[in-house]
Amino acid sequence: MVDSSRNINRKIGLRMWLSGGWLLFLFLATLFAPIISPHDPLAQDLFASRLPPIWMDGYESTYYLGSDSLGRDVLSRILYGARIALLVALIASTATCIIGATLGVLAGYFGGWVDLVISRLVDIWMAFPPVLFAILLIAVLGTGLTSIIIAIIVIDWTRFCRVIRAETMSQSAMDYVASAQAAGRARFGIMVKEIFPNVLPTIVVLLTLEMGIAVIVEAILSFVNLSISTDFPTWGGMISEGRTSVHQAWWVIVFPLITLFLTVLSFSQLGEGLKDRFDPVLR
Amino acid sequence: MPILKRLFIRILSIAVTLIGVSIIVFVVIRVVPGNPISMMLPPGATDDDILRLKILYGFDKSIIEQFFIWISGVLSGDFGTSISLRQPVLSLVLGRLPATLELSLLALLIACILGGTLSLLGTRLRETKIEGIIDGINGMAMSIPDFLWGLIFILLFGVMWPIFHISGRISPFLDIDYSTQFYLVESIVRFDLKVFADLLAHMLMPAVALSIPLAAIISQLLKQSLKETMHLDYVTLSRTKGYSENHVILREALPNAVLPTMTLVGVQFTFLIGGTVIIERLFSYEGLGNMAIDAVINRDLPLIQGIVILFALIFTLVNLLVDLTYTLLNPKLRNG
Repeated sequence: MVDSSRNINRKIGLRMWLSGGWLLFLFLATLFAPIISPHDPLAQDLFASRLPPIWMDGYESTYYLGSDSLGRDVLSRILYGARIALLVALIASTATCIIGATLGVLAGYFGGWVDLVISRLVDIWMAFPPVLFAILLIAVLGTGLTSIIIAIIVIDWTRFCRVIRAETMSQSAMDYVASAQAAGRARFGIMVKEIFPNVLPTIVVLLTLEMGIAVIVEAILSFVNLSISTDFPTWGGMISEGRTSVHQAWWVIVFPLITLFLTVLSFSQLGEGLKDRFDPVLR
Repeated sequence: MPILKRLFIRILSIAVTLIGVSIIVFVVIRVVPGNPISMMLPPGATDDDILRLKILYGFDKSIIEQFFIWISGVLSGDFGTSISLRQPVLSLVLGRLPATLELSLLALLIACILGGTLSLLGTRLRETKIEGIIDGINGMAMSIPDFLWGLIFILLFGVMWPIFHISGRISPFLDIDYSTQFYLVESIVRFDLKVFADLLAHMLMPAVALSIPLAAIISQLLKQSLKETMHLDYVTLSRTKGYSENHVILREALPNAVLPTMTLVGVQFTFLIGGTVIIERLFSYEGLGNMAIDAVINRDLPLIQGIVILFALIFTLVNLLVDLTYTLLNPKLRNG
């Protein structure tokens, strides 16, 4: 028993270190993108088009991961693309989390008509398939980063609301809440001071998972050209451009794809790892 | 007559959902800030031109009037005219529907086979290293969305080892003259192997990409469900009767373990259909989803309306089908 639980902990540990490490690395890289990027991500140089990465023949020394068909540096574009990806991930998932979790805690703790209204709203919302919702919202809001962020918030708040509501309900039934009530504490105070800290781990898990979703949604929408203008470097946009020249220059599509893959995987593995860590049964 | 009653209630609720969806779609789209008419015309268009187009598409009337004109059209099968393609919306979406249905059903089939095999293997080899590996594969498959699987397949099997086609639905040189748009089904019926193989070579990559996340869910749920069933008394009894482990899993445990998985698979299948939107785009597959993205890019409101309502209809029908199958298969509900 002892051995197996230690085993689980070690596995969780490695998984979380790897994914957390990659995300931290990516975050620092986006912060210092202007300093570490070898080139201007938008600068075209037709004399330097489709240069291979530096370990292949015909490379040019400052294009570490090669260049695309317009002679733009792939590495610099990935770094600046990470800025957009992480920006969307942070803003969209935080806002989604705040709205969803607040409503979830309110519904779970106060119950009654508050719960009835919020739960009904969630049910109706979830009857509408996310893809249709997204198509409609983007059609209405137009393209661009703000639309993507709004679409993510509008579609995904229910994900938080449902889980947090259930979690709050099970916390509210616990003895510590009853004793706080017996001590004469105000209900709102109990909700904020007692229950909220106990549902926070679940919120953190959902938030991490949501960031991965936001990154992939941004990539998909920029891939189909419904995101920010193509002047800006985005991973999805790079993948879409790289697809057309994949036979001549595979690196244009492969490197952003690897970055996107690792980032999405890291967010979900980190989220799952946190879930296991916070789960008292496994701990 | 509990089943008939259930069916009636479900159909009624489908009607309510669809009316709700069409009202939402209509209202939401009418508040679009950008005027679709002005986007159709060249910059030099006069006010007169704009007005004529507005009258042509009915945008000059009040929203309520527009809604009733539109809804009475919808009920008589007239979904309006696509702005970008200048053809009736209904014939456009119905022309694309078979392609999307074939793709999603093929993906569902692959997901069931993949997920079922993995879960049975995991149950048969439980508490061995292989079970751990299968769990690992599942976790990985679930955390990578279909879009990324599609891209990976394009690179691996379209570019590095070009075994499959990565674009389109059928090779252009195969000039087929089929009576329906269900090419795959019709090629089987006609026993046209050449066309069948070509279609499959086009559909396999997008279908597998779509199926992987669902396969992982099926595998995980079914394995969990099998694990619980394997501890039940009747399974232990059949084991003491001397049946082989394979027999116990396949004949005794599986029939009971499948039911709970099925309902969730139904819900997940609607997500899979939603996934076709982006996967069709990725593989340039001529289906509804691909058309939906073009419609959004072109801001083709009548077409978007038609596609969204058709998708909503498919989703509700899938849910109905799952519900009915569940009722028919579950003896408790059948007799109660």
